[in-house]
Amino acid sequence: MRIIAKDTGINFLGQRRVCAMISAALIMISVASLILHGGPNYGIDFRGGALIQLKFIKAAPLSEVRKIISRLKIGDFSIQEFGAPEEFLVRVQQAPSGKDEDTQAQRVEAALSEVYGKNFIVERVEMVGPKVGADLREKAFLALFYSLVGILIYITLRFELRFGVAAIVALGHDTMITVGAFSLMDKEFTLTVIAALLTVIGYSLNDTIVIFDRIRENLRLKRGQQLEVILNTSINQTLSRTILTSGTTLVVVLSIFVLGGEVIHDFAFALLVGIVIGTYSSIFVASPIILLWSDWSKRKIAPKAPSSKKSSKKKSKI
Amino acid sequence: MNKQTLWRLLVIAAVVLICVISATPLNEKIHLGLDLQGGMHLIYEVDADKAVISSLDNLTEDLKKFLKNKKIGVSLISREAENIVVRLNGAVAQKAMDAIDDDYPILELTSQDLSRGEITYAYTPDHRSTIYKNAISQALETLRNRIDQFGVSEPTIQKEGENRILIQLPGIKDRKRAINLIGKTARLEFRMLDEDSDPSAAIRKGAPPGAQLLYEKQFDPVTKKVTGKIPYLVKKKVELTGGMLSNAEVRISQMNMPYVSIDFNKEGSRIFARLTTENVGKRMAIVLDDSVYSAPVIRERITGGSAMIEGSFSHEEARDLAIVLRAGSLPAPLIKLEERSVGPSLGHDSIKRGINSIIIGGIVVLVFMLVYYRLGGVIADIALGLNIVILAGALAYFGATLTLPGIAGIILTIGMAVDANVLVFERIREEIRNGKTIRSAVDSGFGKAFLTIIDANVTTLIAALVLFQFGTGPVKGFAITLTIGIVASLFTAIFVSRTLFSWYLGGRRVTELNI
Repeated sequence: MRIIAKDTGINFLGQRRVCAMISAALIMISVASLILHGGPNYGIDFRGGALIQLKFIKAAPLSEVRKIISRLKIGDFSIQEFGAPEEFLVRVQQAPSGKDEDTQAQRVEAALSEVYGKNFIVERVEMVGPKVGADLREKAFLALFYSLVGILIYITLRFELRFGVAAIVALGHDTMITVGAFSLMDKEFTLTVIAALLTVIGYSLNDTIVIFDRIRENLRLKRGQQLEVILNTSINQTLSRTILTSGTTLVVVLSIFVLGGEVIHDFAFALLVGIVIGTYSSIFVASPIILLWSDWSKRKIAPKAPSSKKSSKKKSKI
Repeated sequence: MNKQTLWRLLVIAAVVLICVISATPLNEKIHLGLDLQGGMHLIYEVDADKAVISSLDNLTEDLKKFLKNKKIGVSLISREAENIVVRLNGAVAQKAMDAIDDDYPILELTSQDLSRGEITYAYTPDHRSTIYKNAISQALETLRNRIDQFGVSEPTIQKEGENRILIQLPGIKDRKRAINLIGKTARLEFRMLDEDSDPSAAIRKGAPPGAQLLYEKQFDPVTKKVTGKIPYLVKKKVELTGGMLSNAEVRISQMNMPYVSIDFNKEGSRIFARLTTENVGKRMAIVLDDSVYSAPVIRERITGGSAMIEGSFSHEEARDLAIVLRAGSLPAPLIKLEERSVGPSLGHDSIKRGINSIIIGGIVVLVFMLVYYRLGGVIADIALGLNIVILAGALAYFGATLTLPGIAGIILTIGMAVDANVLVFERIREEIRNGKTIRSAVDSGFGKAFLTIIDANVTTLIAALVLFQFGTGPVKGFAITLTIGIVASLFTAIFVSRTLFSWYLGGRRVTELNI
């Protein structure tokens, strides 16, 4: 069986202006959303505070539960339905003293049990103090940073610097847009979402590398051909694999997204967005950047070395 | 079948066997994370600076006696922050300094102002850090004792960083009780009341020197709600502490109320006997963590070396109080930095859903591969199955913990393992299209895809290892399954699939490959 035709001759690189515009627009939307939301919506992992997941045996109206909790005056809190109408998630902001999170959770429980007796259970309590929150935030950024550096080094060693730079730009692009999608949907950043982002980085790279690998091979095989042609050929040759792999991975991630339950929902959402964007960026971002880089470095050399003038002129026409 | 293929098949069989053995029975060998089985994950900070301060407080009292014995008159000795300030006549200052120098090598002079008659001491840095470290190791020990007596199976209690303690309690159902048990300082003190002054006057004007205003909470006997508090003026001097206990037990009073009966050790009994002899007719307060539990009048000398702590306890509360008293007090207060508690039902639900999503996602992929690649699909599906077996075996072997994100890692691994096979198969198709024979197409397909697979997986491995390094708890679980999964999928795609192909191609002349 075959989904992708044998010899696709799609001119991917020819679309690079359009794609650059699409990418720029997506990134601008992401940045705009982040600015409008006043930065990423940090969950309690990074901001500190408490989270209480409640499950009622007999459904209780959300407004009533909200009223009971607001009477406690425990500071800013939010409450939302969590997956099912009888399950609620209560988020309590950092207590000013930084020491009261526990009493917050306990007071919520006590107040609710006065009204509902044993008709509900506390399924989950998470509390993160301000110190730990700051710690975790720092660690998460470091993790993102170190993995990017590690990847840059590895690709530069295995390929060339221009490949490494192109891969990193594509990764930055993917991360930015996934973060933007989170911000747009007003979803929270938690530790698991950071884990998902790192996975997206790894995955998107996986895709990029497969194409780069083919480019490297073709550069050796087809010396003297135009870079743009080689890039296009390589993308076309690997296209069927790219689509198959992304497809199967999307299927499994979709199954976590739909069936995995509420707790892991955001994690799956990040993967879902990341895989789609990652596949797109491997084809439409990473490869054009290699071309751009090569053009740019040739232009830089051009005045000194007249022999390369001809080729650079040809390039600039495209 | 040629010899090499046979060997390779044997290696694969051995790997499978080892993995199956190490992972059976599955539900015993694979540790579930707290998010899946329910339980509590807690991180506390030991406020060890407080231990340094309370040790300085004791030393201040000690110094008072010492200087009195040496007949050096001082006007004031007090602790200010982490210093002990001694005010005295400038003429005797030198004498005092010499005496302290000789007898207290743990102290060092931090400043002297002879004209004002003030000398200031602090702990030597070495001694300070000893106290600090001891406070942490003692806190760790105390917590181990408490949790041990509370009865939790397979708890984790370990030091993290300089002054943090990580506690994991799998399967705990009553989180409130657990937190009270862990977080209680449990500093039990016997102190005399200051009966010369009036507590209500002290509320207005502040406590007289040498005394402190403390309260006893009053409870409604039925609802257990706090209904009020009684003020007491308690002398600052601590006569006897919980450190001299030999045992603490729950008893039931004649009124059918539980109370905690405590027995002192030898030294404690002696002090208690002397205290009660000297103070017949006066009132003594039993103070636990700065709350007065009772303040009975001493009617007669008590020599038996036992006392009772009454309060409005439930039976559970009394039992937990007995545990913390037996296990000893914490040398310094604990500050809760982080808590993650998951109830058993949520954990159970998470496993069920996680496993379901693996099965459904997995089946879709398996079927797709079969339809798309036929023979190749069979081989890929076998490799995928092996991948899961190896993953389970490795998780069991390393004693790794399976968390909810860990399950997601497994699902992702399925995707990755498929990818490696897809890379190979697409290459083989290409080579066949380019007119190669089946056999050489398979060979060069594997050969050419090899480096690509390595490169693509190593980069994901880098991300996974970084995650492992920086992540905590659940995220670490994800990094572990992802890492094992990548290595396993390298093995299955490169080694297993290849072997299966050569086995298939082995004896016969193949002119068409159904891939």
